[in-house]
Amino acid sequence: MLPYNILVEVCVIYAALLFGVAFLAERRAKRGKLSWLRSPLVYTLSLSIYCTAWTFYGAVGYAARSGLEFLTIYLGPTLVMVGWWWVLRKLVRIGRRQRITSVADLISSRYGKSAVLGGVVTCLMVVATTPYIALQLQSVTLSFGVFARPAPEGLAMPTQSVTTIWVAIGLTVFTVLFGTRNLDANERHHGVVTAIAVEALVKLAALLAVGAFVVWGIASGPSEIMARINASPIAKVPADGSRWFALIFLSGAAFLCLPRMFQVLVVENEDERHLATASWAFPLYMALMSLFVLPIAVMGLAVLPAGSNPDLFVLTLPLSMDRNALAMLAFLGGFSSATSMVVVASIALSTMVSNHLVMPLWLGFRRGGASMSGDVRQLVLMSRRLSIAGVLALGYTYYRISGGGEALAAIGLISFVGVVQVLPAMIGGIFWRGATRIGAAAGILSGFAIWLYTLFLPSFGPDVLLSAALLDHGPGGFGWLTPQALFGLGNLDPVVHAVMWSLVMNTTAFLVGSLASFPRPLERLQGAQIVNVFDYSTGRHGWARSFVEAEDLLVMSQRIFGPREAQALFLTEALAQGKDGYLPDPTPEFIDRLERELAGSVGAATAHAMIGQIVTGASVSVQDLMAVADETAQIMEYSSQLETKSQELARTARQLRDANQKLTALSVQKDAFLSQISHELRTPMTSIRAFSEILMSEADLTDADKDRYSRIIHDEALRLTRLLDALLDLNVLEHGQATFRPETVVLRDMIDRAILSTSGVRSAQPITIVRNDASEAVILHTDVDRLSQVFINLIANARKYCVAPQARLTIRVVRVDGQTAIDFIDNGAGIPIVSQGLIFEKFSRLSDQSAAGGAGLGLAICREIMVRLGGSVSYLPGQGGAAFRVLLPQTAIIRAA
Amino acid sequence: MGQHVLLIEDEPNIIEAIRFFLSRDGWKVSCHSDGASAVAEVARVSPDVVVLDVMLPNRSGFDILKDLRADPATQATPVLMLTAKGQTKDRERAAHLGTSAFMTKPFSNADLREMLRSLIQA
Repeated sequence: MLPYNILVEVCVIYAALLFGVAFLAERRAKRGKLSWLRSPLVYTLSLSIYCTAWTFYGAVGYAARSGLEFLTIYLGPTLVMVGWWWVLRKLVRIGRRQRITSVADLISSRYGKSAVLGGVVTCLMVVATTPYIALQLQSVTLSFGVFARPAPEGLAMPTQSVTTIWVAIGLTVFTVLFGTRNLDANERHHGVVTAIAVEALVKLAALLAVGAFVVWGIASGPSEIMARINASPIAKVPADGSRWFALIFLSGAAFLCLPRMFQVLVVENEDERHLATASWAFPLYMALMSLFVLPIAVMGLAVLPAGSNPDLFVLTLPLSMDRNALAMLAFLGGFSSATSMVVVASIALSTMVSNHLVMPLWLGFRRGGASMSGDVRQLVLMSRRLSIAGVLALGYTYYRISGGGEALAAIGLISFVGVVQVLPAMIGGIFWRGATRIGAAAGILSGFAIWLYTLFLPSFGPDVLLSAALLDHGPGGFGWLTPQALFGLGNLDPVVHAVMWSLVMNTTAFLVGSLASFPRPLERLQGAQIVNVFDYSTGRHGWARSFVEAEDLLVMSQRIFGPREAQALFLTEALAQGKDGYLPDPTPEFIDRLERELAGSVGAATAHAMIGQIVTGASVSVQDLMAVADETAQIMEYSSQLETKSQELARTARQLRDANQKLTALSVQKDAFLSQISHELRTPMTSIRAFSEILMSEADLTDADKDRYSRIIHDEALRLTRLLDALLDLNVLEHGQATFRPETVVLRDMIDRAILSTSGVRSAQPITIVRNDASEAVILHTDVDRLSQVFINLIANARKYCVAPQARLTIRVVRVDGQTAIDFIDNGAGIPIVSQGLIFEKFSRLSDQSAAGGAGLGLAICREIMVRLGGSVSYLPGQGGAAFRVLLPQTAIIRAA
Repeated sequence: MGQHVLLIEDEPNIIEAIRFFLSRDGWKVSCHSDGASAVAEVARVSPDVVVLDVMLPNRSGFDILKDLRADPATQATPVLMLTAKGQTKDRERAAHLGTSAFMTKPFSNADLREMLRSLIQA
């Protein structure tokens, strides 16, 4: 026995020490020096919060009451750890990928970030953890009661309930200081985890020390202990198969679902590989923790007076032998067990309460009000602190109401059964994409209700919350609804009964609800991401060579790229690798490259998933994958067809627009042409009509007048005829209906004849024509009449329009770029630059010189003729007067000059 | 009668025909063939009536009409427009610009004579 005040001082000093450890670790973490903080050993030791005061003190009591059954509490987690590859690894991966902060967060995230589901799970967890917190308070209070004696001076020994309040307040302060020092995005608490690791060592050391003392100090050694065990009533407790099975399952499930375990297993996990170490180290830790449970129980029963509480043997055995130091170590071990559990559990619960109850409600109230400001951080911290206080207050309340009378182990099991109600939704959620929000909610709520009714409420005892009559005979006398004997299954152990019914109902509701409802899009998305977390999170680089076949990759690539491109890609790679065939080795570099190429076609995520499927050979079969690839290819094909179609449409529209523009232009041209024709025809007709009317109606005309007017009428009639001839000629030429009759001729003769036939042209003055006979000795084979028509036109124009003191037309034959051309150059005024582009158009006569008898179609006809003959006629600027060049068709030249 | 008509026209045969039969009727006929100086010519000779062709060298009859109507000295002078194009479009344009009358070539001498007489009497 120790003075009460010394015990309090020891507790405070121990807590300060832990705080110092946590503080240092936190500072190291902040500086980025995580080296040993990230060791798998610290991770493993942090898992020891599974072993609470219940395990530390209660396992011995459990063994004393029920024999070896206490081992089930260790066997469940051991199975989970040994089989970590199956569930734990996936949970940890999901937690890291999705930045999961708690069980409630996991469930909420998986089912489409459902706020309601998060709130429900939080409530369940708070209610289910409350007995557990009460358990810790009870154990610490009990140990105080056992250990302390009233201090001789000062400090009066308080009553048990006051002690409990102080313990609760102390733990609250401790947790607030530890757990809410800062807000980490990942909810990681390096300081807390390190302090817990230290506490884990303290409890192990304490239990081993007490055990060793019992075996070698009280008894004479292992052999005596074995003999005593065999002789003790413990050995005679029959093993209840259903209870063993239920308890192993229950503890294993609780190991995954407990908020504090999820916190250390998943949230605080630094590195997935730590799991591999923990998978053997943590079972080893638990084995050590349970090593001396039976010896202590047996010796306690043997040595201590009858009626001693076996839950406190760990403490009372050393005390009865006056080993105060050892007892103090045992007390600190129990204290460590309780505090570490309470700290982590309250942190985990406060995260849930704050994230899934307080914040959604607060945001709901604030909606439409003030915008989010910088002090949200403070708000979150405050809500965390209040949540921690609230969780401990609830624990204390439960402790007071339940009267603290239950055995430690029984309280622990009640918690376990409550907590595992999230198991179907959790396991279903990470392995089954068909699981839905409705199913999860239905399962959790029905399991929760059954747990409350069959285990939690009855745990307060008759007439506290449920009447004794109801507990014995069911509500309203319906026997089949009796809380601990549903449907008449009254001969089962209450825990087994509750586990069975709650989980059966829970799982059934979960499955039925999931199958009967359709997931929302976000649920589908989250479901896919979480269920297929390994496909999505495989490292960007580092495709292992594994067992992938290059051929599989090629088959898939062909469906995306098309056979030709895919084969070209593989062939290039094979050549680069120096291989003979067309298939390269699937080196990581090549797979990386292939992924990049695929990403260009189907997007990075799909490409990664596709490669991942083939390379890691994961859940989806190659056939399924090919179906996806086909689908994608079809979509791409379809969209490329659409693109082609729309390009065609655009092209057609452009053509239509062009055609329309052409038609509009043609229509304008046609109008202008008709207008011109009208003018050209009406003008001579006007003269003809006017003079014929004069001749008809005017009396006493002189003969000279009559003569003159008749001649005018005659000339104008000729002019009309010429115009019509020219129009018809042009029409024939333009429509390609003209037939050409090539003959062989000497150029000189053609020019001679052209000059001769223009000699009758009316002109203001005679014109001198300058020629070079030698150069005209070119023999042609062409349509002589048509070509002559061009020459005649050009010479006649010179005769008509060349106005100069000594009018002169030079006709010369030149070689232009190896072609033969004939230039017609006069020394007149020439053609203004602005008009040079127009003169070959119809009716483009520069001024009305109808006296010259032209219709304005001559040059247009010349151009048409030359185009038809295969040559050209163009204006030759800068020659002093009007100058035209006729380029003879190359094919027509038989012999050049 | 001694009325004065100014004929703005570039086709020599048409000028000759109109001059011949109007002179015989006692008209005083002046002629002008250039579009660019036509407005100035109208102002200079201030005829009783103007016969104006549309297709003239250097300037179109429409532009000339526009100027005539804008100038107070000539805006009251009756103008008979002659055109060889004869499209409705041209007729409308001439009416819009304020021509007094419009005839399409070829015309009957009697009609022209009648038209000019009515323009002067109006």
